[in-house]
Amino acid sequence: MTVNAPAAAGTEAVREQAPGHKKQLSEGARAERRLGWLLCAPAVIVMLGVTGYPIIYAIWLSLERYNLELPQQVKFIGFANYGAVLSSGYWWTALEVTLIITVFSVAITLVLGMLLAQLMHRTLFGRGTVRTAALIPYGIVTVAAAYGWQYAWTPSQGYLSAAFNNSAPLTTQFQAIIVIIVAEIWKTTPFMGLLLLAGLSLVPEDLQKAAKVDGASAWQRFTKITLPLMKPAILVALLFRTLDSFRIFDNIYILTAGANSTGSVSILGYDNLFSALNLGIGSAISVLIFICVAIIAIIFIRGFGTAAPGTDSGSR
Amino acid sequence: MAAVTTTPRQKAGWGVANFVVIALALIPVLWLVSLSFKTPAAVLDPSFVPSQWTWANYSGILQSSQFIRPLINSIGIGLISTFIAVVLASMAAYAVARLAFPGKSVLIGMALLIAIFPQISLITPLFSIERSLGLFNTWPGLIIPYVAFGLPLGIYILSAFFREIPWELEKAAKMDGATPFQAFTKVIAPLAAPGMVTTAILVFLACWNDFLFAISFTSTTTARTAPAALQYFSGGSVFTVPTGPIAAAAVVITIPIIIFVLFFQRRIVAGLTSGAVKG
Repeated sequence: MTVNAPAAAGTEAVREQAPGHKKQLSEGARAERRLGWLLCAPAVIVMLGVTGYPIIYAIWLSLERYNLELPQQVKFIGFANYGAVLSSGYWWTALEVTLIITVFSVAITLVLGMLLAQLMHRTLFGRGTVRTAALIPYGIVTVAAAYGWQYAWTPSQGYLSAAFNNSAPLTTQFQAIIVIIVAEIWKTTPFMGLLLLAGLSLVPEDLQKAAKVDGASAWQRFTKITLPLMKPAILVALLFRTLDSFRIFDNIYILTAGANSTGSVSILGYDNLFSALNLGIGSAISVLIFICVAIIAIIFIRGFGTAAPGTDSGSR
Repeated sequence: MAAVTTTPRQKAGWGVANFVVIALALIPVLWLVSLSFKTPAAVLDPSFVPSQWTWANYSGILQSSQFIRPLINSIGIGLISTFIAVVLASMAAYAVARLAFPGKSVLIGMALLIAIFPQISLITPLFSIERSLGLFNTWPGLIIPYVAFGLPLGIYILSAFFREIPWELEKAAKMDGATPFQAFTKVIAPLAAPGMVTTAILVFLACWNDFLFAISFTSTTTARTAPAALQYFSGGSVFTVPTGPIAAAAVVITIPIIIFVLFFQRRIVAGLTSGAVKG
């Protein structure tokens, strides 16, 4: 994607890694370079082949009228597909639903994940058991868990529906979205908790003790010491969780299949391809989702100064 | 370890909190297990514990090609994707951790971009590309995207592991006349094995879990994986809902995960958190 960057970034890396080779590349350094490229090439080819080329192809498709049912009528139509998507209520409803699910599930997951991390960090007994138990929601196949939630909320079959007066929350938009958010939170809190636990272990215990001696309350210690020191870990966890949540598909597909205006943008894109068989519109939706994700990532990385993982060597 | 002072009351508080967490994590799973043992009549009773127990759901799905074939697909596609992803990621991560070459930061940037890439954006173009290449509804049609999405994770975890390896050994090997490639395969790769196992577990879990690609790029049980197959189950007759069989299948595909978690929890946690918290 960045065609000009390699040369500039490369010289920087060479300077960083091998100060002795500044003036001219020795035979060894040249062999090292060649080996480096050779070792990276297969990974780069697969990653570009599966994502780079298709997204460019998607941009091209999104400018065409292309319905699989009418293959003779393929025609370049410029931005008409985008116009059609952006002027349709379906897109904005789906975007709104996606954003609501993302904001609420990520916010609640952050709070619960922090509590879980504190628990795993501080508890003396059953620490291993808690961690093992927490890893089960993380590891379970989302679709399998989603069926569990769906049946639990089916009237006269599910224990949760029975506990709430035989209600059928999956049949109304508002309640179905709550069920979807709960399913997301259940699945992703352990991941958040584990990431935050790793961040928590970087907070020096001495600092906590010193603050306690100076009379800081538990809450003050948390907000003045723990949170600031954990900020980088929290931001990275939030970035990944937000982007992951924005892509939500599995839970909604099983729980409601997008009925009653509960579909996310991913559900909309999927339906456009497999129900409407419209490659043009489907690609326009794909590109718009990609742009949304890029905007979220830029807000996090530029706006909040989230250190993108892997860039640590550069930031030092 | 971390607690400064612990009174009995605090101890009890932590105990209750532990219990709540364990219960919340397990109840939805136990509900699936309970459903999987319910007879079709008992499914229509919302009690948490089955009123009538049966193994029929399990024996039914384990004799059905609608489940066995997808299960084999899931295992095969998962293992092959994991193997390829770990090999390719190891090569790239070694280069990132050890070698000076132009374009390194571009590779890392690309991996990050793919880690956050919305898979749904690829569904339409990849569907079209796979159909024209004859990859649609085949194992490679799923393996290739799984490898691509496993690579960023692998490159991060493995480059973090590779940085910790004592590199004097590599130098020593090179002094003894080994080429850089030999130094990699003979000296470093064995030391890197733990990192590779961690990567393999996480990549396999991701493949095993995938649903979107699995339903988009398959149309029959030739390549359909287990998570995508559940929705095609049918009950014993037209009038029976397949709740029991679906629950049983959900339990069957969950068991390997629980075993994984029990055996490899340290590795999984180390892998999940590596790279994310170095700030």
